[in-house]
Amino acid sequence: MKIAVLAVQGAFIEHEQMLSRLGVDTIELRQRSDLEKHFDGLIIPGGESTVQGKLLRELGMLDELKARIENALPVFGTCAGLILLAKKIKNDERVHFGTMDIVALRNAYGRQLGSFYDENEFEGIGKIPMTFIRAPYIESVSGNVEVLARSGGNIVAARQKNQLVTSFHPELNDDLSVHKYFIDMIKNSK
Amino acid sequence: MSTNRYELNKNLAQMLKGGVIMDVTTPEQAKIAEAAGACAVMALERIPADIRAAGGVSRMSDPKMIKGIQEAVSIPVMAKCRIGHFAEAQILQAIEIDYIDESEVLSPADDKYHIDKTKFDVPFVCGAKDLGEALRRINEGASMIRTKGEPGTGDVVQAVRHMRMMQAEIRRIGSMAEDELFDTAKQLGVPYELVQYVHEHKKLPVVNFAAGGVATPADAALMMQLGAEGVFVGSGIFKSGNPEKRASAIVKAVTNFNDAKLLAELSEDLGEAMVGINEQEIELLMAERGK
Repeated sequence: MKIAVLAVQGAFIEHEQMLSRLGVDTIELRQRSDLEKHFDGLIIPGGESTVQGKLLRELGMLDELKARIENALPVFGTCAGLILLAKKIKNDERVHFGTMDIVALRNAYGRQLGSFYDENEFEGIGKIPMTFIRAPYIESVSGNVEVLARSGGNIVAARQKNQLVTSFHPELNDDLSVHKYFIDMIKNSK
Repeated sequence: MSTNRYELNKNLAQMLKGGVIMDVTTPEQAKIAEAAGACAVMALERIPADIRAAGGVSRMSDPKMIKGIQEAVSIPVMAKCRIGHFAEAQILQAIEIDYIDESEVLSPADDKYHIDKTKFDVPFVCGAKDLGEALRRINEGASMIRTKGEPGTGDVVQAVRHMRMMQAEIRRIGSMAEDELFDTAKQLGVPYELVQYVHEHKKLPVVNFAAGGVATPADAALMMQLGAEGVFVGSGIFKSGNPEKRASAIVKAVTNFNDAKLLAELSEDLGEAMVGINEQEIELLMAERGK
């Protein structure tokens, strides 16, 4: 199994390290030619969604990746990744992949002083650490989106078939369970 | 500041990696920077090149001006306070700035002590020109480091020197015997634990960006290849002929810093770069402030 990590900006190395600890090979997607390589799943890391969205477009990767996600490529978006996958961003006119039936609220907890650490139940895993950095949350879901976790009543993790999103950063804590969950999604998709 | 808060502050710097932080002086410039792909902006009244030209004492910017920029963009907003000026830092924290740069670009307020950054909840980035300075700032509570370079010159030579120095010292500590680390801690004036971290991980315990003198996509790529995790661009953008295009090109150069073919395309038709001044022509070495 090989997982591609979008590496245009943000905390992509942290995801690669998590996957390496789980014995999974990774490749980095930095430009269009990288899409020719084989991969079984895609991780969109934390960072700035405005930067990642712009670079995805201008480096010629957005449409191709969007088509693959719509065609069942397993994808896991954390924080900025959640925003890129959302069909609608409540406080931003931009839509990037727009493949998941969720409405996201950017910087939902305010500026850096609003960043926090929490532990909450994650459906199918149990209680896990959650680090929120200038994080979004999911304001509402529709269609067949399954809510997987909440923090203080707000939706912070969800899944819609091949798409998994968290508004927190599993790659920043020691717990590998959400990455394992994603790897299982890839295994079961085959 | 709790340990938890310090971790969250280091984490924000991790999110900025692979990105470009741009100096802006107005909400309009901030919007241009955001649209060009800046991962954060540094709000300041005058960019370093103008501070250098104007001379005199340079201080924290007007909070009203900073708030105008906070309202204009959705990306993190940073602002500078003077070295040792903890009251300016308190003010910046009060307006909920995302990152404070305790910066040698402004006139130092204290020629001996830096701010005790552990007393703050908001994160700090500090300049360093070698490993000792970097670790001393981290020990004082900085959650991100940048090379000092020489701000406002458009000359990359000092950023290169500082980054090479830091990397060389990291390699040297990485190859030391365990029992040599105690003496190194003493030499650098930092706790043993920080030296041990560098020995074990062969990197700083926080994110390390390049800053000071970056003016072109090639400069940005050079700093990334030398080990920077991202780049600050100050005067280089809004002192150039076509800020929008140059900013956008530098952002792409940081993402694909190893692809010379793409860098060649990005370097085409950018218009005038900032004129810049050579190291030998400068009268004021900002990098010598705060050690």
